[in-house]
Parts: sequence; structure tokens; C-alpha cells
Amino acid sequence: MSDSHAVATAEVGHEEHPAYLRHHFVSLEQQNETSSFGMWLFLLTEIMFFGGLFTAYLIYRNWYYPAFVAGSHQLNIFWGSLNTLLLISSSFTMAMGVWSAETKRKNGLIWSLIATLILGIGFLGIKTIEYTEKYEKHHIPGHTFSYQNFVNPTQQEIQSGDKPLAPDMAAKTEVYFSLYFAMTGMHALHMIIGIALLSGMLFKALRGGYMDGNIAYVENFGLYWHFVDIVWIFLFPLLYLISRHQ
Amino acid sequence: MTEKYKDHDINAGHPEDEQHIVSPKVYFIIFLSLLVGTALTIGASYLEMGPWNPVVAIAIACVKATLVVLFFMHIKYSSKLMKLTVGAGVFTFLILVGMSLSDYMSRAWGQW
Repeated sequence: MSDSHAVATAEVGHEEHPAYLRHHFVSLEQQNETSSFGMWLFLLTEIMFFGGLFTAYLIYRNWYYPAFVAGSHQLNIFWGSLNTLLLISSSFTMAMGVWSAETKRKNGLIWSLIATLILGIGFLGIKTIEYTEKYEKHHIPGHTFSYQNFVNPTQQEIQSGDKPLAPDMAAKTEVYFSLYFAMTGMHALHMIIGIALLSGMLFKALRGGYMDGNIAYVENFGLYWHFVDIVWIFLFPLLYLISRHQ
Repeated sequence: MTEKYKDHDINAGHPEDEQHIVSPKVYFIIFLSLLVGTALTIGASYLEMGPWNPVVAIAIACVKATLVVLFFMHIKYSSKLMKLTVGAGVFTFLILVGMSLSDYMSRAWGQW
């Protein structure tokens, strides 16, 4: 008979700790630390992934600068700002959700999750409005893409400072929109996954879950949600803002 | 702790291991700071600063991201292991992005 088995049954019985503390951890602190450590390692790989997209964006922006400026002017700063507001608010409500779970407030947790869910869905709704506009203007990369309105800007666009581009440079706006859709699309995919996980968590919280102190799932989801927020904090200025004046 | 682990208290001398609950007040202050940061970055985009527009925008974004990591993601209250892990990750990220960018931007000037 191994010594560890004797310890597990005789000395560290199930009465002495909550059922969710695994036997291979010395304490709950160690277990929680291990789980958030693992979550952070995952998030760091995500940071590397989005970092590749950001790097590609910065390099191509340097190469095809006039095309990227013209492409950026097609984005609506109002929708972008509103989405930033929604996402920062949803990060706040999620942080309040983690606090509610930590302090075992059932209603607080439920309402925080509902608020986070609504704000997240609102973000995707606005993203849909923006994507629809890109579709109508033929700004989605692929066989329907048209750079005509960068060669011949409308009177309104000329008045707001847009210059007509030569056809070869105007064609490079497709690179801008490819990166725009790759970056915001990957971000939106993360939001969709987050909303799915959030719904599951809400389902469990409504049935009294997470009130026994076993809240590693809520905390780790919080880390994920804040990470998605951070990605948008960088996407918003890079895509919408930094080319307003050139 | 049971008798078995009497001499092996992993928490001894590691006060940062204790669970720290961040108060709603702190969360709210950070939330307001993020809103101010958003307003600043939108405002800055309407100023004509030439090559400084992207620099200012990315600087504000870095400050906002740091606030989120430190407070919303609890790194300020985490153990040294967590702080070091996040720091090492960000450092590696900056090496990868920084060196890629410096390579691309320092070759073939004017031949784009």
C-alpha cells in the first residue's frame, strides 16, 4: 500500500476540505493559482496570435499608406466609439460578476452576467450594421470588391478631405479591408465564443451555481472577457482613429 | 493543515497567495478611467499631429490595457509567479513585434 493513499484516506479526509479541492493540490489557494496560471498561459498565446495581425497591419499601413488612410475614412467613428463604450462597460459588469461570485451574492452574479451578455450582444449587433454597410459599398475583399469609389470619391468625401487615388493604389484598399475583416472578424469570433460561455454560466448561476466558493470558472471567464476587451482597446484606435487627418 | 504538513506550510512567507477580493469601488474607478481614456483617444484623433497621431493613440491604448490587466484581471493583487509570467509574455510579445517591425521598416526604403 502506497503512502500517498494512506494520507489521502486517513489524514486528508473529505470532511476537511470542500469537494472541489482536488487531492493533488495542497490548498485551495494553490489550486486557484494553478488554474489562473493556466488561463494566463492560454491568453498569452492569444496575445501572440493577435500580435501577428497587428504587426501585419502596421507593416502594410506603412507600405500602402494612402490606401490605408482612404480605407480607414470609410469606417464610422460613431459606431466604433459606441462599441468601445459597450465593451468597456461589459468588462466592468463582468468584473462586478466576479466580485459577486467571490462574495457569494447570487442575484448580483445573475444580473452582472445578464448585463455582460446584453452588452456583448449589442456590440455584435453594431458590428453587423457596420459589416452590412461594407457589403453595400462592395468593400468586402473578394470577387465583389470594388475600389471605384476610391478612384472617384463622392463630392462629400472630397469635401471632408479625401483625395482621389490612382487605380493601382486604390486597389490596395483591398489589403486594408482584408486586414479589417481578419482583425475585427477574429475579435467578433472571440465575442461569440464568449457569449456562448456566458450563456452557459448564466444558466448555471440561475440554478444557484458558483455559490459554494468554487468560482474558478467565473474568474477564468472574466480573464478571457477582459482580454477580448483589451484586443478591442487596440483595434479601435488602429483601425478607426489614427488615419483621420492624413 | 494536518499534522503531516506541519513543517510544510506553503503559505508561510507568501502573503500574496491569499485570495484578495477587489472592491467594486476600485472596479468603478478603473471603469471611469477607461471611459476617460476612450474620450482622450477619440479627442486626440481630431488633432493634427502628423506622425504623432498613431504614437499618442497607441500610448493611450497601452495605459488602458495596463489598467485592465492590473485591476480587472487582478494582476496587481496576484503572486510574483503570475506577475512574472505576464511580464515575460508581454516582453516576448514586444520582442517579436518590435523586431519584425524594425526589420520591415528599415529595408528597401522608398521602393514600396
